[in-house]
Amino acid sequence: MTHTVVRAHKAARVTGPPKKPGRLPRAAVHHPWWFALPAIVVFAGFFLVPNLLNFYYPFTNWSSYHPDIAFTGLDNFRTIADDGSLLRAIRTTLLYALLAAFFQNGFGLVLALLLEDDTRFNRFFRAVFFLPVLISALATGYVFQALLDQDGAVNSVLGTDFPWLGSTSWTLVVVTLIHGWKWMGLSMLIYLAGLKGIPGDMLEAARMDGAGPWRTFWSVRWPMLAPAVTFNVTTALIGSMNTFDIVQATTGGGPAASTEVFNIYMFRVFGQGLYAQASAMSLVLFLVVVAVAIPLVVGLRRREQLL
Amino acid sequence: MTPVWRYGRPVLVLLLAGLAVGVPLWLVAVTSAKPQAEAIKPNLDLPGRWQPGSNYADAVSQGEMLRGFLNSLLVVVPSVILVLLLGAGAAWVFARRKSKLVSAAYALCISGLLLPPAVITIVMELRQLGLSNTRPGMIAVYTGMYLSTSIFFMTGFIRAIPMELEEAARIDGAAPWRIFARIVLPLLRPVIATATIMVMLYAWSDIFYAFFVLGGGDRATLPLNLYQVASAQLYLNNWHLVFAYVVVMSLPMVAVFLVGQRKIVSGITSGAVK
Repeated sequence: MTHTVVRAHKAARVTGPPKKPGRLPRAAVHHPWWFALPAIVVFAGFFLVPNLLNFYYPFTNWSSYHPDIAFTGLDNFRTIADDGSLLRAIRTTLLYALLAAFFQNGFGLVLALLLEDDTRFNRFFRAVFFLPVLISALATGYVFQALLDQDGAVNSVLGTDFPWLGSTSWTLVVVTLIHGWKWMGLSMLIYLAGLKGIPGDMLEAARMDGAGPWRTFWSVRWPMLAPAVTFNVTTALIGSMNTFDIVQATTGGGPAASTEVFNIYMFRVFGQGLYAQASAMSLVLFLVVVAVAIPLVVGLRRREQLL
Repeated sequence: MTPVWRYGRPVLVLLLAGLAVGVPLWLVAVTSAKPQAEAIKPNLDLPGRWQPGSNYADAVSQGEMLRGFLNSLLVVVPSVILVLLLGAGAAWVFARRKSKLVSAAYALCISGLLLPPAVITIVMELRQLGLSNTRPGMIAVYTGMYLSTSIFFMTGFIRAIPMELEEAARIDGAAPWRIFARIVLPLLRPVIATATIMVMLYAWSDIFYAFFVLGGGDRATLPLNLYQVASAQLYLNNWHLVFAYVVVMSLPMVAVFLVGQRKIVSGITSGAVK
């Protein structure tokens, strides 16, 4: 019914004013491509071109020690593979991203479920839990360094002498907890929107069928949250692979390089003047992100269809 | 709802907020008011001697805060404006035109949502363009980095706006740029609010890219200055100055959020869940 109405409407309009002879379709005349040109130029010039250059410079000896740049093949990759930093950076970054995404989403979802009803009390506390998002990541790192230092506030409150930021085995987990803390407010907002989008009669039906809160969550709400999960998990995983500030401010990559993610490594090696080596690591980061992102997005989208 | 949960939930919220957000903020607030001797080992005690005035004054002078503030404004504000304006122009074309070429350009332009910026070769390119250590260079890098986000959100938004609004103006003889300025841009207001806060959030607190592009020097932004202040504590902790700096640096973002809270929240959430 509606379909035919739309058709008739369109047909009437086309026959109305006589069309001028021209080769361009109407959409092209009314939305000239040069509106998109400045964006394309800036994006290509300062995002795509550097990423393309990143496929060349890792294979050179570009550094502050050579006046000119020469092709050296796989030398840089051999260097970072041989000194172990390549595998360590990949492992540390992937572990960091997984844990950070898990904590950020876990905290965010719990907060969203706690603050779901639209009361004044809840609105206030949503803003409170959003505060860490507004504070810069570097500042967040310093706050937690002061809290978790061996001489810091947490140990002084607990009367312990725990090296929270000094363990080669689990300090990485502590740092990812801080990352989750900083971004949980953003995930919370998106989960809240997802929860709001669930039709009320669907929850009503579940209650009529005798489902308790637990059952309702797993059988109705969690599947209905799929788009929010897709968005949150993707942005958290990809974003935390690009992490720098929190790690730099809390551990600086230590102890013994156990929290040295890609960007910390690049920053350090670039500072030593080994530009091509830093660029090689940057290329590996690019490839790792692509290798994680594509299956992730495809998989989560498919999950949305299935649920 | 069971009575236990009815009273337990607010109590749990209060407890979590106090522990997770209250304690860190309290630490920042009290430490920023302590003399250095008390702040060397940070703790949650109230200051024995209150000296917030001199700490904040020191942070402002030693951390070059006014210059940093100005430097931050001079790169963040132009970046935000460019991201919004260029993004809106591109999103309009991408949303309204349908051809293989347009979809390919759109896909390419939103690839920055997932791909990491190649920071090392950005430095190389900026050097060759004579833009390294300059504000225009930093603005170009931020704009390139955040254009994908704004194009993605705006294209989705424009697709939902009925074409009839534009057509009415077109029948009155309005040129494309006039339709864009008078009809499309005003309709984009909600997304613009969100995009503004998101780009500001990232650019205002960014230190990684600023390190590579601006470096230290007299163009250093607020986070770079904070890093300098904090790195000066290798010899003697100066948490009192670091946290005074953190407070002043965070206030603009908190103020922006409080002013635009409702728009920001609805914008973030409507764009994400589609």
